[in-house]
Amino acid sequence: MIETLGIWIAAFLTLCILSFLYKDNPFYKFAEHLFVGLSAAYWVVYSYYNILWPNLIQPLFGQGQLLLIIPLILGIMMIMRLFPKVGWMSRWPLAFIVGSYSGYHLITYLQSNAVEQVRATLVSFIQIESWKSLFTNPGVMTFLNAIAIPVVIVGVITGVIYFFFSKEHKGVFGGLARIGVWFLMIAFGASFGYTVMARISLLIGRMYFLLHNWLHLI
Amino acid sequence: MNIIERFEKIDRRIIFLLVLLAVIIPLLFPIGFKIKTSEPVQKFHDAIDALIPGSMVLVSCEYDPSTMPEVYPMNQALARHCFAKDLKIIGMGLWPQGIPLNQASMEQAAEEYGKEYGVDYVNLGYKAGGIVVISSAAENIPKTFPLDYAGRPIGEFEIMDGVKNFDNIDLIVSLSAGDPGVREWIMIAQGRYGKKVAGGVTAVSAPAFYPYLNAGQLQGLIGGMKGAAEYETILQTSGTATRGMDAQSVAHGLIIFFILFANFFYLIGKRRKK
Repeated sequence: MIETLGIWIAAFLTLCILSFLYKDNPFYKFAEHLFVGLSAAYWVVYSYYNILWPNLIQPLFGQGQLLLIIPLILGIMMIMRLFPKVGWMSRWPLAFIVGSYSGYHLITYLQSNAVEQVRATLVSFIQIESWKSLFTNPGVMTFLNAIAIPVVIVGVITGVIYFFFSKEHKGVFGGLARIGVWFLMIAFGASFGYTVMARISLLIGRMYFLLHNWLHLI
Repeated sequence: MNIIERFEKIDRRIIFLLVLLAVIIPLLFPIGFKIKTSEPVQKFHDAIDALIPGSMVLVSCEYDPSTMPEVYPMNQALARHCFAKDLKIIGMGLWPQGIPLNQASMEQAAEEYGKEYGVDYVNLGYKAGGIVVISSAAENIPKTFPLDYAGRPIGEFEIMDGVKNFDNIDLIVSLSAGDPGVREWIMIAQGRYGKKVAGGVTAVSAPAFYPYLNAGQLQGLIGGMKGAAEYETILQTSGTATRGMDAQSVAHGLIIFFILFANFFYLIGKRRKK
């Protein structure tokens, strides 16, 4: 019974949200406000019971771990942002978070997101094995495999050239930058295609819910 | 008003309606388009398949109900794949709402394969902190997660016997819809501790992760509903992702048609104005 009621409420709210596609209306506004309010309430309760209580309140006041007074004070200072007169106090905990996080994060971030990526492009321009398989087994896939590395290397170099603004994009340099733009456009196109897929997937998810769970048509 | 001007001023609600129909009709009347497996998904599957029975797979869920249609089918297929191979799953999450979703998928798969909570799988729950949590768990899992998602001490579960840190984990899988997610697992678990990491991500974020796959930092990658459908196809199961692929293909075809159609009339209109 409760499950059925839940499905009907979810279906009603889904239709309320989708009604915005026709035009703005009170049903959409109602569902939107309900979502914002519920989300805020959920996060407050969840944060208290799953973050503040087990990590701060219980160990500090229940087990007497006095060192936790420091994060408690920093946390209170952070909330001071809400009061303009003492808002400056929030900068201290913020500085602590930014400083500690970048110190902890910086090297690992560079290693994983820059060094490793650069290393992946430091490969032989011609992969002999790929070319061998192209000649022994000609086909679209073997051809794409054979040209994959040269395409990656040309794409990286020309892409970087496009973002080199200390020299005017003219002549050979300009031509290479133009090739870089093409690579960037293809990348943006792929990214856009994936974004469309993601949005359609969400629509499919909702439609599947309405047709399967609610109306039992599929 | 000629036909070109009419198309230029077309009510966008007509387009919405057509997209809606392109999704609903294939859901009601499936076409059965063939799903071809891509290399990243095959690699993901092979990474799981290569593990010997009894191996530990850490599944971290960093998604929420808003991205369920894309990521949840991966979660379900992954749980089924692991249990079919007699692998043990340690669940956790860096997003709080990923925990119940992971639990639901593991419970469903456990019922199908006759697996038991605490023996074949466990859910350590959520911990705030992102990369700090990963670093902490890498050094000491029981200290980072003393209790499971329901507040029970993890020491009472058989599956956790001898599990101290990432040395006891054979593969890490992050199913994520944003940050913290796969990127953080790559940075800490793979980059700092040399663990094997595989990922399942939403389609929006998938292009950003292909470089990690090419660099060997990821063992495999599932991107969006399409990736989930491919994974289901390899496992020879039909889940919600596979069922949604017909609608996905028809809607994509329609959008491509719209792009070509709009550009065609735009160019004709431009030429006429000249």
